[in-house]
Amino acid sequence: MEKGHYRKMDKAVQTVETVAIRFAGDSGDGMQLTGTQFSDTTALAGNDLATFPDFPAEIRAPAGSLAGVSGFQINFSSVAVHTPGDQPDVLVAMNPAALRVNLPDLRHGGILIANSEQFTKKNLKRAGYEANPLEDGTLKNYRVFSADITGMTLKSIEELRLNTRAAVRCKNFFALGLVYWLYNRDMAHTEGWINNKFKEPLLAQANLRALRAGYNFGETTEMFEQHYEVQRAQIEPGVYRSITGNEALGLGFLAAAELSGLGLFLGSYPITPASDILHFLARHKGLGVRTFQAEDEIAAACAAIGAAYAGGLALTTTSGPGLALKAEAIGLAHILEVPLVIVDVQRGGPSTGLPTKTEQADLMQALFGRNGEAPVPVVAPQSAGDCFYTAIEACRIAIRYMTPVLLLSDGYIANSSEPWPIPDMSKIPPIDVQFRTDPEGYMPYQRDKRGARPWAIPGVPGLEHRIGGLEKEDLTGDISYDPQNHERMVKLRSEKVMNVAADLPPTEVFGDESGTLVVGWGSTFGAIRAGVQQMRARGHKIAHVHLRHLHPFKRDLSDVIGRYERVLVPELNNGQLVKLLRSAFLVDAVSLPKIEGQPYKEREIVEALATHLEAN
Amino acid sequence: MAHSVYPAVTHTDPSGQTKKDFASDVDPRWCPGCGDYSILAQVQKVLPGLGIPKENYVFVSGIGCSSRFPYYMDTYGIHSIHGRGPAFATGIKSQRPDLSVWLITGDGDGLSIGGNHFIHLMRRNVDVNVLLFNNRIYGLTKGQYSPTSQLGTKAKSTPMGSIDYPLDPIHVALGAGATFVARTLDTHLKHLPEILKRGAEHKGTSFIEIYQNCPIFNDGEFVQLTDKTRREDTTLELEHGKPMRFGKQREKGIVLDGSLNPQVVDVAEVGEDRLMVFDETNEMCSLVVSRLTGPDVPTPIGVMRAVERPTYEHLLNEQLTTAGHAAGKGVQDLLNQGKWVVT
Ligand code: SF4
Repeated sequence: MEKGHYRKMDKAVQTVETVAIRFAGDSGDGMQLTGTQFSDTTALAGNDLATFPDFPAEIRAPAGSLAGVSGFQINFSSVAVHTPGDQPDVLVAMNPAALRVNLPDLRHGGILIANSEQFTKKNLKRAGYEANPLEDGTLKNYRVFSADITGMTLKSIEELRLNTRAAVRCKNFFALGLVYWLYNRDMAHTEGWINNKFKEPLLAQANLRALRAGYNFGETTEMFEQHYEVQRAQIEPGVYRSITGNEALGLGFLAAAELSGLGLFLGSYPITPASDILHFLARHKGLGVRTFQAEDEIAAACAAIGAAYAGGLALTTTSGPGLALKAEAIGLAHILEVPLVIVDVQRGGPSTGLPTKTEQADLMQALFGRNGEAPVPVVAPQSAGDCFYTAIEACRIAIRYMTPVLLLSDGYIANSSEPWPIPDMSKIPPIDVQFRTDPEGYMPYQRDKRGARPWAIPGVPGLEHRIGGLEKEDLTGDISYDPQNHERMVKLRSEKVMNVAADLPPTEVFGDESGTLVVGWGSTFGAIRAGVQQMRARGHKIAHVHLRHLHPFKRDLSDVIGRYERVLVPELNNGQLVKLLRSAFLVDAVSLPKIEGQPYKEREIVEALATHLEAN
Repeated sequence: MAHSVYPAVTHTDPSGQTKKDFASDVDPRWCPGCGDYSILAQVQKVLPGLGIPKENYVFVSGIGCSSRFPYYMDTYGIHSIHGRGPAFATGIKSQRPDLSVWLITGDGDGLSIGGNHFIHLMRRNVDVNVLLFNNRIYGLTKGQYSPTSQLGTKAKSTPMGSIDYPLDPIHVALGAGATFVARTLDTHLKHLPEILKRGAEHKGTSFIEIYQNCPIFNDGEFVQLTDKTRREDTTLELEHGKPMRFGKQREKGIVLDGSLNPQVVDVAEVGEDRLMVFDETNEMCSLVVSRLTGPDVPTPIGVMRAVERPTYEHLLNEQLTTAGHAAGKGVQDLLNQGKWVVT
């Protein structure tokens, strides 16, 4: 079949504003790939969008089991989109387990596309179904399109004589083709991708045929009477790309290296959901990045500190359990006063917890999880694209203040993607690095006006000095057990960290100037912003402040919070930021916690706000 | 160096360096009679002769009596955290292969809390000179047994004697794939500097175990090896390519029996050509020698293994260069990948 040959039957096209689709199947069914392809095509079509991949924790859960279900949701629209969508309008379920796990989220009246071939007795039983839901009438609240996706895929590529295993694996492209037809999408991007990806021409052929067969099936089958269209969104003109949070962090650190002229050093130990940053940077050694896969989390942090001492831009990436292991090293970096960025891509805890799920429960650990007085600046990005700028800011602070900086991302923004205006590197201010070279009057712990000590690296004659984890004498850095000196040093280090706030712009407030203030941080930005918009539309006096700086807080935050009668704090934990706000500002802030390992939905934010605003 | 803003400096001339240049203004605070003093003096004596500008030395340590070492050296240095010295050293050397990195550790720091990092440093073959001061006791925490203490050691935490079998650092190093392994003695003022020099010249991790006396908590642990009247009978100085002989008159030697068990023989009786010939590049030889312990056989000192293998930092930086030629791009190019334009 030559490129672009689709059968057109001219079925009716209905225009809709916003659609959420969830692709769900076994972890081996290629649902992440299917979702990513649909997202990229949708971005190219000019919609605004947000995505949310939801991985199973097990790599090889038994086929057809509930534990093995992998999902990918995309929300796309002709107007602005803040979240991956609360309830999918379309669910593609490649097997009974995928249906069982995801059906509760499907909107009533929504479209269910099911691969009937997988609804065998055995698979139904594995998913805990007594009877086949496609046949027993239990799905009457949905528009069910049950089709033998596997069978039709095999038929479409019969002539190619692939082995059955390889042939069956093409079925996700059939499903993708069908959904492309349903939303009237151009397939050129995915066709190009297939041709690039599959070096084996036969496999490329097979996947292309399956894709087109799916598309044609939509056009010809009597099941579908119409298809849909989502118009281009009013997007700010510019150059865009799609980006995930982990990619944006990787790019952000590369950018910081370029902006500072320093060589980037990453010490890391594999851990979900942070490993992709290591993978990404390991692919870009050509930009001068040294990636070191350490023997453990502790070595990863310590090697990074070594690199910082030697004059590198030092980074260590991890998730919550790894941050716990790095605590002693971060304390050392604090007392040595060397620049270091620590990334914690948070996941559900405590302990091993929910490795593939998202949570914001490491905030207290980030602020306080070390022995002794060891404050460090803590920053958090609010979206996938924002990870780029937050990474640069973390490096800037680390270098300017000679301090470790903690960056708190999470599993949700790490993996979700959004269309992102590509930054222009020439417009980002360079990061100023001043290595000390003058031996005249050099003292390792003499401070500049910000409280930062000089960065003196090995190889420079005349600056030889020893530093370590023992308390230091002010200025000279010699070991000191003097009681007054210890108190002075603890305060000097702490004040230096507080000085970070001096460089920060005023707090941005969205919404009303009095009434209720909703304060959030990190990845909940989209859901909170959308929820607050809805509450304003309902006539409430309400505003939203989203914190990027968790320590130190911006200096005007106290005044901002003081203007409101009520402060509500939605977080994906059992109430951590709320405790910080209460203790810092003596404010009667109320916690709105969610601890399900899933991001906040817009609807949930609205409901939570409504119980406080509309009950009395 | 690409992507670097390292200050351009004029290095000092190493030919004029003396021992004094390497002594910092901090007075060592080890206990009187501690073996660490002698090791410090020998290191300060050896460094000026290595032809390396003083500012390019970095001494890294963990925690313990020996780990105070960097403070007494007028070089760059980090006194880091317990057991993690190898990781700091790896970071420094990876980022800056131009530096001469030395790691000072002890039997507790290196083999107990830091055992993991210790083996990984050696398997990677990072070019770091590791001096492990083995006194078979915890000194800084005031006298608990260590992972190298002999079975039955009565110490503060083992009033009835230790029940865990000791680790042999040399054996661990060989098992971890170290490319340079040696043993020497704190007060052997001829042997110690020779071994330090050879270790420093080796490319790759140089592991040197130094038997070190702790007069406070484990006095005399190695006296039979260090006592000048006995040491020729109790130690065997390894020499590459030479038959293994020892004794005051070099009258004794080592032969291997049919099961590769080393045995002490009288050279006059069996003849020199039956003796085991030591080859520091032969792994079997190194393993056999590393097992020479106990009262009936001499304790080998000297270089037990020396082979060439590319260093970690060399391979890492080579990958950067290779990738750099292939890419030749900046961050903006990377950002632009997969871009589309909205008008
Ligand atoms: S306790 Fe032992 S090892 Fe430590 S300084 Fe004193 S003598 Fe030396």
